[in-house]
Amino acid sequence: MVADDAAIVAAGLSHWFGRGEARKQAIFDVDLTVARGSLTVLVGPSGSGKTTLLTLMGCLRDVQQGSVRLLGQELAGAPERQLVALRRRLGFIFQAHNLHESLTARQNVLMGVQVGSRRPRGDENATAVQILTLLGLADRIDYLPANLSGGQKQRVAIARALAGDPEVVFADEPTAALDHDSSMTVIGQLKRLGRGRGMTTVMVTHDSRIIGMADRVVTLEDGRIAPA
Amino acid sequence: MTAILTRLLGRLPIGWLQLTHNRARLIAALAGVAFANVLVFVQLAIMGSMSIATGRPYDFFEAGLMISAADADSLTDGSNVARQWLFQALAHPQVTAGAPLFVGNVTLQHAGTTMSLTTFGVDPAQPGFLAPALRGYAELLTLPDSGIIDRLTRGLEPGEADALGPASPVTLEVRGRTLTLYGGFAGGGGFGVDGYLVVSDQTFLKVVQNRQTAAPDHILLALAPGADAGRVAHELRALVSDRTLRIRPYAQARAEDIAYQQTRRPTGIIFGFGVVIGILVGLVIVYQVLSTDVADHIREYATFKAMGYRQRFLLGIVLEEALILALLGAGPGYLVARALIGGMRRATGLPLELGAPTVVAVVIGTVVACALSGALATRRLASADPADLF
Repeated sequence: MVADDAAIVAAGLSHWFGRGEARKQAIFDVDLTVARGSLTVLVGPSGSGKTTLLTLMGCLRDVQQGSVRLLGQELAGAPERQLVALRRRLGFIFQAHNLHESLTARQNVLMGVQVGSRRPRGDENATAVQILTLLGLADRIDYLPANLSGGQKQRVAIARALAGDPEVVFADEPTAALDHDSSMTVIGQLKRLGRGRGMTTVMVTHDSRIIGMADRVVTLEDGRIAPA
Repeated sequence: MTAILTRLLGRLPIGWLQLTHNRARLIAALAGVAFANVLVFVQLAIMGSMSIATGRPYDFFEAGLMISAADADSLTDGSNVARQWLFQALAHPQVTAGAPLFVGNVTLQHAGTTMSLTTFGVDPAQPGFLAPALRGYAELLTLPDSGIIDRLTRGLEPGEADALGPASPVTLEVRGRTLTLYGGFAGGGGFGVDGYLVVSDQTFLKVVQNRQTAAPDHILLALAPGADAGRVAHELRALVSDRTLRIRPYAQARAEDIAYQQTRRPTGIIFGFGVVIGILVGLVIVYQVLSTDVADHIREYATFKAMGYRQRFLLGIVLEEALILALLGAGPGYLVARALIGGMRRATGLPLELGAPTVVAVVIGTVVACALSGALATRRLASADPADLF
């Protein structure tokens, strides 16, 4: 695979937490290339470094050693302004949905539309409603998160991540709170966007149904990529 | 409201939505801001009333310049001045007239009430130095033991004061003499006196102890039309042989008296501190509210950061909240303060007022204070680390 076809290229990536004697290495010399438009799943036991690797590739954590090229831009040593601009081209789906409790479902999704959207302003509301409807929340559009079930909240969070037309989506157990049908709808949508727009998805999951639908499965063990 | 703010801000009014999401906390926050506003409004009204009360006796007279002793920081304080300086001043070509002004305090009993009155002794033969409202009484003041009294004097019944006139005079006992009051004028009590009394210089010397004709408290000077009071005052300082005298334009003397009362007298300093404390209380309350709010929403702010929102967007949310608290808290604060000030005015007779400029200044000050608190509270946003969300 040539670099231009890659959404993410990590090379010699290592990462530590803590300082001094308490310093502990979480990622060891990882080399990983993620193709554009693919659905890549990171699996591995708890504490194997999946989430750390996800946050490093998603420019949420500073690269300490090695290199990460995301959408053609080097993250190591990149200024905050560049990282903020890059994040606008990404979508994040958190295991804990992290919805804004004061905003309705539509308003939460609008926040995702407005930050990364290249659509005209007038279309933003329609986009938010459309994607919520697609995820089966047409009758919950103006509900506050407190009045939504766990699965509904997670679908709003997914809608928020996808609403801004991201080029790469980073997801941490996105279907953990969803039933089978909803999980299949979400993964189907992510795959469709991958095929249609070249959207790349990197996902941490233990859900075997999703693992079976992935283009590539990367297994981490003790901070290292295990041989396939 | 959300739609209006969305139009105004060009984005979702997240600050407004956050504040209104927790109604109980919003009400508590607004009560805090309103309380701080009440403190500031009331203290400013008291400070303002002190300025009004200090400046009011100057309104009883008209002059271009005033000569006072070096230690005369106010109309009622300080040593006497020798009357000879009046004659020296008259040598200046632009000084057209001069008159001594005696100031003293008399205590008198009336209808079972003890009244303390600041008493002015003036030369009734020079009515030009009296304000128009008092000038008409100049001839009556030439009568022995006559005077005119402040109708708003505390202890004077309103009906009695209104009925006062040349045809229906009232008599009072002052130091064993019967003083006949032939009229009244609008004054009002101050912090140290119940009202004002104006008598002739001759009557003054009878009702106030240990005073002499040759040693008034101040000397009032009238200037030729178009004369530059500042320049004449400067020239008089060179002309008059006592270099320690304070020779000032009359308006400057009034302004300096007010500044002296506000900044150097204990009452003024205490009221000034009251204003500062009110502002500090408001700052602390708003900071506490906003700081807690930021802490409560730290994961949501971190999410915004992960999504690519800039730090200034987050600062905007906090400042939006600060401005909303300031504007919504100022209204109830003003209404409560107005009610309190009205009650205090009726109880004390002090000229307590809340003028439009004061209200506007306090609202602007509240907005600035809340924005400052908001800016301080945003320091907590630095701890919103999007990496912690996973």
